[in-house]
Amino acid sequence: MPVIEAVGVSHRYGERTVLSEVTVRLEEQRVGVVGANGSGKSTFARLLNGLVLPSAGRVTVDGLDTRSQGREVRRRVGFCFTDPDAQIVMPTVAEDVAFGLRRRGMAKADARSRVEKTLVAYGLGGYQDHPAHLLSGGQKQMLALASVLVTEPALLVMDEPTTLLDLRNAQLVARVVAGLPQQVLLVTHHLDLLDGFDRVLVFDEGRLVLDDAPAAAVRHYRTLMT
Amino acid sequence: MTSTIGLYVPGSSVLHRLPAGTKLLAMVAVGVLSVFLDRPWQVAAALAAVLAGYPVAGLPVRVALGQLRPLVWILGFTAVFHVVVNGWERAGVVVGVLAALVLLASLVTLTTRTTDLVDAVVTGCRPLRVLRVDPERIGLLIALGIRCVPVVAGLAEEVRDAQLARGLGASPRAFAVPLIVRSLRHADALGEALTARGLDD
Ligand SMILES: Nc1ncnc2c1ncn2[C@@H]1O[C@H](COP(=O)(O)OP(=O)(O)O)[C@@H](O)[C@H]1O
Ligand SMILES: [Mg+2]
Repeated sequence: MPVIEAVGVSHRYGERTVLSEVTVRLEEQRVGVVGANGSGKSTFARLLNGLVLPSAGRVTVDGLDTRSQGREVRRRVGFCFTDPDAQIVMPTVAEDVAFGLRRRGMAKADARSRVEKTLVAYGLGGYQDHPAHLLSGGQKQMLALASVLVTEPALLVMDEPTTLLDLRNAQLVARVVAGLPQQVLLVTHHLDLLDGFDRVLVFDEGRLVLDDAPAAAVRHYRTLMT
Repeated sequence: MTSTIGLYVPGSSVLHRLPAGTKLLAMVAVGVLSVFLDRPWQVAAALAAVLAGYPVAGLPVRVALGQLRPLVWILGFTAVFHVVVNGWERAGVVVGVLAALVLLASLVTLTTRTTDLVDAVVTGCRPLRVLRVDPERIGLLIALGIRCVPVVAGLAEEVRDAQLARGLGASPRAFAVPLIVRSLRHADALGEALTARGLDD
């Protein structure tokens, strides 16, 4: 598993500190992140692939610094956003899955067979030429996921991937995630998704307030919310 | 939501198999030549030729008519304008040419994958490298543009629904402002996603 390391990480937007002094080393296969809205979860997630650079401290993935080696980091770290519509960048299903491969310089023919296999694996076989905007919400999230996973990242960071989905589709996504061989860091409000996770981080007002097994972390999170 | 105007319909017809670059060049050539059409019979022949392309591509004529639907107002306005200013014959010629060109462009996009179109444009733009223009970027812009049309249409629908739900009338400002805000937010998120997916790698 990759090793994620944050050392003395703080982040400010203008005057406002939204993350303060986060130090953590993560090398488990399944890491969850919970916390109230605005507690800094998305900022933390975005720090892991260099989408957000820390105002202080440093973040590394397998020793690669997100600030100076952003490109190498992003090749290892896939990111799945909450809203698949913002993540799907190509007009049709197969084209979107091929996007990341083409950006990495893979030839069209090689990309094609890899794309086909990936689509089948994520329940989108037969949808190659389907316009992305005509997919259902659940299918869109599966497409977003397929498009990220086709590049075989070592770490997958997911920022509330099931928040916009109905229960059935949320469970579908959860099942796919559960079966992934790679390291996953999942930010979520769906606490049952964290069953079987190795470790869960609880954020509150920009601070990492607890780092424990899922049951204990969820219990603490519930007391914070009442 | 929105209909699938101009979006690729898979098939194996002659038109599907023609290289994208050839189709694009032919389309541009016809566009240039269309300025020489000024007799109603010539325009009628052009329209018939383009329409005949639809069954050749395995597409029902109904699909062709669907391509014109979004342009009904523009075509109607153009027709009225020319009838008043230049008379019936001229109106027929102008509207006919316009319709034929739209049908032709749609026929090209209906029978060509976006990636193939984009690749053809990228190849066509290679000479622009001397001007330090990156052809890949142009291609990506086109693909993103196509992808954004239904997304923004969806946002517009949401904004309109919200407006109706709050009992606001059809105020253009109450519509435009939230739509622009949402579109900008979407553009922001899209930029992030492109970075995350390796755009600059
Ligand atoms: N781009 C930004 N500019 C300014 N403030 C931001 C930006 N992104 C997030 N924030 C603020 O930072 C705080 C933490 O946000 P975020 O990390 O998104 O929290 P969470 O994901 O836990 O809801 C929030 O108060 C939010 O308003
Ligand atoms: Mg968030």
